[in-house]
Amino acid sequence: MLANIVIQFMNGLAGASSLFLVAAGLSIIFGVSRIVNFAHGSLYMLGVYLAYTLVEFFGRSSIFGFWGGVLMAALCVGLIGVLIEIVVLRRIYRAPELFQLLATFALVLVIKDAALYIWGAEDLVGPRAAGLRGAVEIMGKRFPQYDLVLIAIGPVVLGLLWLLMNRTRWGTLVRAATQDREMVGALGVNQSGLFTGVFFLGAFLAGLGGAVQLPREPAQLMLDITVISDAFVVVVVGGMGSIGGAFLAALLIAQAKAFCIGIGDVSIFGTVFSFSKFTLVVEFVIMAVVLVVRPWGLLGKQQGVQRGAFMVEPPLYPLNQTFWIVVLAIVVLLGLIPFGGDNYLLVLLIDIAVFALFAVTLHFLMGPSGMVSFGHAAYFGLGCYGAALALLKLKLPMELALFAAPLAGGLGALVFGWFCVRLSGVYLAMLTLAFAQIAWSVIYQWDAFTGGSNGLIGLWPSEWLKNRAVFYAFALVLCVGSILFLWRVVHAPFGYALRAGRDSALRADAIGINVRRFQWFGFTLSGAFAGLAGGLFAFSKGSISPETLAVSRSVDGLVMVLLGGVQTLTGPVAGAALFTWLQDSIARNTEYWRAILGLTILVIVLAFPQGIAGFTKQVAARIGVMRREAV
Amino acid sequence: MLTVEGLNTYYGRAHILSDLALQATAGEVVVLLGRNGAGKSTTMKSVIGLVPAESGAISFDGARIDRLSPHRIARLGLGYVPEDRRIFTDLNVMENLEVGRQKPRDGAPTWTPERLFELFPNLGRMKDRPGGRMSGGEQQMLTIARTLMGNPRLILLDEPSEGLAPVIVEQMARTILQLKAEGLCVLLSEQNLHFAQMVADRAYIIEKGRIRYSGTMAELAADAAVREQYLSV
Repeated sequence: MLANIVIQFMNGLAGASSLFLVAAGLSIIFGVSRIVNFAHGSLYMLGVYLAYTLVEFFGRSSIFGFWGGVLMAALCVGLIGVLIEIVVLRRIYRAPELFQLLATFALVLVIKDAALYIWGAEDLVGPRAAGLRGAVEIMGKRFPQYDLVLIAIGPVVLGLLWLLMNRTRWGTLVRAATQDREMVGALGVNQSGLFTGVFFLGAFLAGLGGAVQLPREPAQLMLDITVISDAFVVVVVGGMGSIGGAFLAALLIAQAKAFCIGIGDVSIFGTVFSFSKFTLVVEFVIMAVVLVVRPWGLLGKQQGVQRGAFMVEPPLYPLNQTFWIVVLAIVVLLGLIPFGGDNYLLVLLIDIAVFALFAVTLHFLMGPSGMVSFGHAAYFGLGCYGAALALLKLKLPMELALFAAPLAGGLGALVFGWFCVRLSGVYLAMLTLAFAQIAWSVIYQWDAFTGGSNGLIGLWPSEWLKNRAVFYAFALVLCVGSILFLWRVVHAPFGYALRAGRDSALRADAIGINVRRFQWFGFTLSGAFAGLAGGLFAFSKGSISPETLAVSRSVDGLVMVLLGGVQTLTGPVAGAALFTWLQDSIARNTEYWRAILGLTILVIVLAFPQGIAGFTKQVAARIGVMRREAV
Repeated sequence: MLTVEGLNTYYGRAHILSDLALQATAGEVVVLLGRNGAGKSTTMKSVIGLVPAESGAISFDGARIDRLSPHRIARLGLGYVPEDRRIFTDLNVMENLEVGRQKPRDGAPTWTPERLFELFPNLGRMKDRPGGRMSGGEQQMLTIARTLMGNPRLILLDEPSEGLAPVIVEQMARTILQLKAEGLCVLLSEQNLHFAQMVADRAYIIEKGRIRYSGTMAELAADAAVREQYLSV
């Protein structure tokens, strides 16, 4: 028994090292550049793949070949980080935060397809480390030699990073820039050089974290998303910008995972409770608990607004008569399409209607309410499953089952939102991600009730809706009606209160608005309508799977909203239409649709670094200046 | 040494500085006087490049600097001390000084932490204290010391007396005169006429982003009407 515990503990330590390396890199990059680098998991993935190739190249059987390959892989990833910084991110440091996020999403897509092109879709199993293939005996149990080395790597890197940050001029500048990068520039320090260096270090650490995992896990294309969510959790639990905190959090989470695997199935009062299934959620449960108890993470400090990075949301224009007339005209036009369109076009249009509603509900949170959700797919997916289970398990007619969709989405948002509105900014976004992952893994693993990874099938609409064109009209009416309702809410007193809370929580509080409660209701409302979108989606497809609430779906939603522009009401609808159409038309023609989509987004981001709304405003300001000068 | 001509600066569409012109020559202390919101801080920020000017020319030692980024301007020997101090609160005194350090520069006094601790004895007694745990006066000393570590030839001091206790204000005045004695050119902004009279040779009065008056401190002292119009609250 004791031996088992010791071995699980050692396993936990070994797992923590790589996790710490990735998280430390993410944390350092965030600290200085304030960019939440979604592509950090992709850099890790590149580390694994490059190590696979380079170890082969240097010779897998020699010690030099293995470690040389690992180090070279990490260095290459560091240089890729530099390239990314110089080509993309440097141009958008002054852009709105969410726009930067969009750029790093785009990088995720591009890097994934680059890896697919170079290394193929098959998992690549790496060699075991030369000279460390054996195992040692610890209390009568065998423990891999290589894992002992891994255990040492974490603390060694932590020590080196501490020296770098506290005993060198470069480290001092990095810490200063984390607090006030504008002032550092005014004191004569070249920020560009500093930022490039920081990206090299962060990417190097991600690459190293991936490369050292090569003997333990195969190189595969899903690593980017799994690793980035793990790394986010570690950084948030440890406290943004705290390297020591990242180490502590990595230990805590790796230990919790190791013990869940170690304990396995336990029978409590006759019911079998599977701890090994719990591994998929345990880190998110830890994060949720930590964020509620210590909102800034274990060793983090309250984040002030970084100097020189201040953004003011422009006001929304009131909805006037012209607006309603234009909307009405477009809806009528859309309603006429079935009479001329083919079946394929109808499928696409239904998708667009559903995702437009999904994007608008997300925008309702991100824009007017000021709460960015990284896990909005949870409410969409809960809607899918709510409707599906009502139909299949409760045997309700389809029309009634559809009511279960907003109910399920809204209920989920009511519960999760209660926790989320206690936080703000990146921390809030992370908590939404955590809850989405928890919901996902419950559905993914509860085979008996939700069908597990296979999902649920046989979700067909009632007889009168069987015809595609009729279903399209049905979906259109519901989606457009919901979208218009949400837009109206933004301009109702409830919407004013939400926007006041976003712009200045303190002042809103001072004039008697219970900001938290309004945000909570806003969150719930958004979740309910996202659920409705999910319900319509389920009945339009006939089957659903846990994919409907996976991280990638949440990311899709974010891309839709950001592409269209978070500062306008109609933007998310346009973004959803463009995204759905692009995804559909590119995906049919090439295997590499992600890369094309990613590159398109990058071009848009680089061409309009202030966002499309910001760009038009800049042009207007220019014209204003020219006029004044002419007078 | 520093020449500003026809400077126009905007925040978005708001016109903050209009055709602003001023000069500072080597070895003198020049004060920019004006009420709250007159444009003093914006002038300083435009010179150091933090708020880029829309039009106009800013020259330092005969070379145009108005299109340069702040770090390039700072490296020419132009030091900036912000109004709100902007101390790195997580860094201790020595580390704050380290961030400001630049190479020794011809024609400017060379500063080391030891020399700065002679100028600001308080700082020398708290070398390891984080900036966040210092009093306002100590932070004001540190922000000036940090900028001096760059060995500037000209230093922009944005409202150095603001929010300080009277005894510290006097100490600040002595410090500025010491800097002048070292050969530094000082351009400071102030609302406090009394403080300006202790240290400055010449004054500009700024109101609504325009220079309304320019003259020596003696001339200003003699002109009660100007003081009444632009400076009395």
